[in-house]
Amino acid sequence: MPLNRSYVGRTFPPTGPYLVGREKIREFAGAIGAGDPVYHDPAAARAAGHPDVVAPPTFPVVATMGAGAQLRDDPELGMDYSRVVHGDQRFAYTRPVVAGDELICALTVEEITERGGHEFITTRAELTTPAGEPVVTVWNKLVVRGEQ
Amino acid sequence: MDVGQRLPTQTFRVTRADLVRYAGASGDFNPIHWSERTARAVGLPGVIAHGMFTMALAGRAVTTWAGAPDAVIDFGVRFTRPVPVPDDDGGTEVEVSAVVKAVNGERVELDLTATCQGQKVLAQARAVVRQHPVGRSA
Repeated sequence: MPLNRSYVGRTFPPTGPYLVGREKIREFAGAIGAGDPVYHDPAAARAAGHPDVVAPPTFPVVATMGAGAQLRDDPELGMDYSRVVHGDQRFAYTRPVVAGDELICALTVEEITERGGHEFITTRAELTTPAGEPVVTVWNKLVVRGEQ
Repeated sequence: MDVGQRLPTQTFRVTRADLVRYAGASGDFNPIHWSERTARAVGLPGVIAHGMFTMALAGRAVTTWAGAPDAVIDFGVRFTRPVPVPDDDGGTEVEVSAVVKAVNGERVELDLTATCQGQKVLAQARAVVRQHPVGRSA
């Protein structure tokens, strides 16, 4: 079943707020081997000008997991998750994510294309504070492999 | 950093234990990252690393080159090949290299490449970092 092209331009209902936790940032930084004190020690983070520990650059993906489920679980979109491969990922930061941030995620389908029997879906997730201030924009391109 | 400068390659070891830890930390429990049976059933050579884990390692390289953990303004990659991770103590290695593409005041653009076993696993990988002014504590 091909992806439903009418979804291009659609914005899903916002998910969240995702409360960024100090312990979660520490856990994530530890998991990727990032030992810089600003990821672990609030005093070091404050000395560097941040209110609390800073999340490593790819951490915002964790706050987009709910949006990913919106795509995956939407029966009318027609995504066969068993055939999905991660294609591209990009983050553009207004500022670093820090512990204590509450992030709202609004996902928009930017493009659905087909080439060589495979389909490609590009989404843009805007992560903002509950007041609507931009924090990070996350683009994701998934490849839905064609039948072999 | 100067335009055209090749930054020192950084190498990261990846073991199965890392994938378990990253699955928990990121919430990505896709079984192709921990189940050999599932990975092979979908045509993979075996368990592979999360693409986002490889991107996170490249992110570590970028912050190291930038000299600060909070200096990344923009960061994007394409995943070109999976990173198979054998179930042994040695695991595998991912090498991340970069060339300085542009310098505009404080903004430095890097072109990144990541390889594993000689194959490119990240391509069209770019990062923009903010060079810190002289005198900022590390």
